[in-house]
Formats: sequence, structure tokens, C-alpha cells
Amino acid sequence: MKGIYAVYRKEMGHYFVSPVAYIIVAVFLILTAYFFNRLMVLIIQESFQASIEEAQFGGGQAFDVPSLVMRNFFGVLSTLLLFLTPMLTMSVYAEERRRGTMELLMTSPVTDLEIVLGKFFASLTLLVIMLLPTAIGFAYMLRHAEPTAPWRVLGSEYLGVLLLGAALLALGSFFSSVTESQLIAAMLSFGAILLLWVLDFGSQAGSSVWASSLEYLSVFRHYDDFTRGVIDTSNVIFYLSFIFLGVFLTIRSVDSMRWRRA
Amino acid sequence: MIEVKDLTKRFAEQTAVDHVSFVVNKGEILGFLGPNGAGKTTTMRILTGFLPATSGSAQVAGFDVFNDSLEVRKRIGYLPENPPLYLDMTVTAYLEFVARIKNVPAEKRAALVEDALAKTNIVDKRHELIKRLSRGYKQRVGLAQALVHDPEIIILDEPTAGLDPKQIIEVRHLIKGLAGSHTIILSTHILPEVSMTCDRVVIINRGRIAAIDTPANLTTQLKGGQNVRLEVGADQNAVCAAIRELPGVRKVSGEPAGGNGRVVVTVEASPGQDVRSQIASKVVGKGWPLYELRGVSLSLEEIFLELTTEDSASPN
Ligand SMILES: Nc1ncnc2c1ncn2[C@@H]1O[C@H](COP(=O)(O)OP(=O)(O)OP(=O)(O)O)[C@@H](O)[C@H]1O
Ligand SMILES: [Mg+2]
Repeated sequence: MKGIYAVYRKEMGHYFVSPVAYIIVAVFLILTAYFFNRLMVLIIQESFQASIEEAQFGGGQAFDVPSLVMRNFFGVLSTLLLFLTPMLTMSVYAEERRRGTMELLMTSPVTDLEIVLGKFFASLTLLVIMLLPTAIGFAYMLRHAEPTAPWRVLGSEYLGVLLLGAALLALGSFFSSVTESQLIAAMLSFGAILLLWVLDFGSQAGSSVWASSLEYLSVFRHYDDFTRGVIDTSNVIFYLSFIFLGVFLTIRSVDSMRWRRA
Repeated sequence: MIEVKDLTKRFAEQTAVDHVSFVVNKGEILGFLGPNGAGKTTTMRILTGFLPATSGSAQVAGFDVFNDSLEVRKRIGYLPENPPLYLDMTVTAYLEFVARIKNVPAEKRAALVEDALAKTNIVDKRHELIKRLSRGYKQRVGLAQALVHDPEIIILDEPTAGLDPKQIIEVRHLIKGLAGSHTIILSTHILPEVSMTCDRVVIINRGRIAAIDTPANLTTQLKGGQNVRLEVGADQNAVCAAIRELPGVRKVSGEPAGGNGRVVVTVEASPGQDVRSQIASKVVGKGWPLYELRGVSLSLEEIFLELTTEDSASPN
């Protein structure tokens, strides 16, 4: 436990002295602010349109602006994570291997599990720090919108984005642990995430067992329910197993450094 | 304290460590001496649990380095060949981090970090970022890192690499001062370093142990014959010729001793022969004034070269 904390602290310190983390967070915030703004404008315009039509022809449904903004926004967010998480994780192990500091960690009285978890929690913390400012925007919107959307929906969306983000971070960490080059680590995780994304595309056409299992593996598919405010346990379990697998593989990979160095 | 038995490490293309066995007693300083690629770093990496051995066993403080790696890691301080530094950290922050992962309790951490800073002479650099330090200072931070948790066993891979002469002397003093309460293994290419700091020396070449002994014993015993140096007030050729006649003398060479009519003669005796008294009586018998006569033992450097060249000359 102490080992996890020691590694965690070091990683956080590293994030906050390196310009890379600040740049990633800044880019993320600028992009999210832009999307938030655009979505608001577009959806409010649509709702005006709808209410005009409603007045002319009668009937129609009330336009739920906050829910629509949130849903679309979280859809965009998943795409942003696809690009940003490989950058957060690329250096986690690759850089330590290149600099030889892995030799310090691996000859210290910390287990591989503690090293991997400490690093994983640190990257997760950075993700939370990235997401926090967006939560302020939504909290403001929900307080002032009329009609407003239930807070539960917002909660489910954040849970979804956290689970998805954590899964991508676990995957990226694994790829960082197999190489000494940050660039290769970033390329590998980016490629893998893209692959997991397009698995979804191909599967929509077919309906065989093969197609549906591919569809099951798509990390983004399990995310949709969360954006609609639905917390389905099977989706939660999917992400937790994905994270668990990523962490497990990373531990194996760190452990195998002792062997592979041969 | 450290017991290594038949340790072997094979990499894909070669055997880096080949059936190496040695023991380091508590409080002792053991020097690892060998040319590039001898297998020093590999042996140390196995002892610290960074690499697994192919075969053989190694015990540190009674624990097997492979099966009880964690117990071993709790008890060692290790300076790898390349100091494992986080360049973005300040010196103090780095040492605090190392103390933390070495399980130093919070209340002792600050004091131990101060200690390590003082011992390695980097107090005035404590707030600098490590990336701004010169090579020698980085090496010292690496050394401080190996000492910060006051480990029982200290393993130092070329601790004086990159240091200036004054620092080299200070680090040697530091290492000598740590002996007794700590058990130390260090590796080096610098021969005087071994004779100055180590209680015992392992000479290793191409993964094999060529010799293990105290520096003094290595210098006197390993090489059978003893060299003698004498200064005589007589003609060079006459002296050389007279000594050459003596039994047990292998080689004689002379040179003038700086314009005072004396000559300095170096005599190499056959292995196991002490020819000093015969030489003395011969010289005195001839009526030549004898100013100096002493046995010269081989320097460690010569032994090192001898052992390692012999070894690589023999086919294997
Ligand atoms: N990871 C590795 N993969 C393959 N071979 C290796 C590896 N590490 C070391 N070797 C080989 O093992 C041998 C011993 O290397 P080692 O680093 O232990 O030597 P050394 O005595 O520390 O040398 P130096 O004085 O140059 O530091 C060398 O021939 C080296 O090429
Ligand atoms: Mg070496």
C-alpha cells in the first residue's frame, strides 16, 4: 500500500512539472469548451425551430435541451479521449525504461503490482482533473435550465466517461510498458484504441455470433447507454474487466522486463 | 552476508556470468575488478533482483535473491551503472522519494535525507533540479540514493565513475567509513581503488573468476617470483653481469641513477625464489657500495593484466 502511494506521488509530481501534462489538459479544455458552446447554440436553435413548428402545427414534443447537450457532448468526449489518453500514458513506463529509473523501482522493496497501480491511479487522477472543469459547466446548466434534466443522468454520463477513460488508460499503460520509446507506445495504444472503435462499425451490418462478439468487444459501444443516463451493470462489468485485464497485462509485462532484458 | 554459488547468466549470444562463486562477510568491502564486459554489472543486477540468474544461487542476508526478492530488496542500497535519476526532480525531492519507496518511516525520512546529502557532499545542490547538475554531481546523487535508507548491504556499480580526483578520494573515504556497519560490494576498473578501499578483491574476466583474495595477498602471492631493486655505486655492466650469474635470477636490467656514478638495477627472480640475500653478499663481496636493496611486489595492475590476459589467451 505504501508503495502504491510512493509511486503515485512521484507520478503526480512528474505530471505537474512536465509541460506535456499542462498542454494536454489545456488542449482538452479548449476543445471541450468549444464543443460545449457549439452544441448549446445548435441545440437551442433547433429547439426554437421546434417550438415554432409546434405553435404552427400543434402537438410535437417538448425539446429537452439539457439532456441533448449532455448526450452529444459526452459523445464528443469519448472521441477526444481516444486521442488524448495515449498521450497521457505514453511515457509512463517507456521513459523509465529508457532512463534506467526502472532499475531503481524494480530493485526497491515495492511489488510490481504497487508500481503498476500507483502509476495507473496517477493517470486516472489526471483524467479526473481534466474532467472537473466540464462538470462545473454542466452543474451551472442544470441549475439554470428550464426544464432541467435529472442530476442522475449527469452522474451516469460522468461514470461512463470515467470508466471508458480508465479502460483506455489501462490499455495505454500496457503499451507503454512494452517499449522504451514513447512514440512507439503512443502509436501502439492509438492503433489499438482505433481498432476497438471500428470493431463497432463492422458489426452493425452482420448479426452472426462473430459479429455480436466483435460488437461486445467494442469499448465505445458500452459507453452509449451511459450517455443516455442508463447505468447498465453489464456495461460497468465490461469496463471493470477491461481495466482489470489491462492492469494485469501491465504487471506481467513489468515482471517480464526482468526476463526480457536477457 | 552474501553468498553466491555457481551463479551463471546466459544471454542469447553469450554467457555473461559463468559459474561464479564467492562469499562476502558481514562488514566487509568486496571489490569487483574486471575489464569491460567481464560480467560485473550482470552479477550485481542478479544480486539486486533486477535480473534472474540462469542457474546457480545467490543469497543475500540469508534470503534467496530470486525466491525472496522482496526481502533482499528491503536490505540493499544499489547504485546501478547509470544512476537512476528523475531529471525533473530536485535533489531533495528525489532522495525523499527514494526513502519513501525504500520503506523509511515518515518521521525518519528528513533526517536520513540530510545525512545522505551531507555524506555525498551535495548539501549546496539540494534545491537544484537534477537535470541541471553536472555529471559528477549526478553520480553523487546516485550514490546518495543508494545510502539514503541506511541499508545493511550496499551494492555500488562503479561508484567513482565521473568524479573529480578530490571527490574520488572523498567517496573512497566514505565507503571505507561505511564498512563494518555495512556490507559492501563495489565494482571498478580503477585498480588503486581496489587496493585502497577493499578488504578482498574478486578479479573477474569473461564471466569467470580469475582470482579472489585480499589485495595484499594478490600482490605478493599470486605472482611467484619477486622483483628486487638495488642501487649500487659501481659500473652498470659489471653489476649486471655479476648478478646474472646468481642462481634463481631470471632477468636483470640496469640504468644509471642520475649522474652520481651509481646504477639502479632491477632483478626479476624465478617464481618462489628469494634472491635478496645472495645479491647482497655478492655486491658486498665485490666491494661495491650498496645504497639500497628492496623487494618490489607487482602492482595490482600488473596482476590484473597478467590474470586477464592469460585467461583470454587460453582457449575455451
Ligand atoms: N541485456 C543484455 N543482453 C545481452 N547481453 C548482455 C546484456 N547485458 C549484458 N550483456 C553482455 O554480458 C556481458 C557482461 O556485461 P556486463 O555489463 O555485466 O559487464 P561489466 O563487467 O559490467 O562491464 P563494464 O566494465 O563495461 O561495465 C557483456 O558481454 C555484455 O555484452
Ligand atoms: Mg558494468
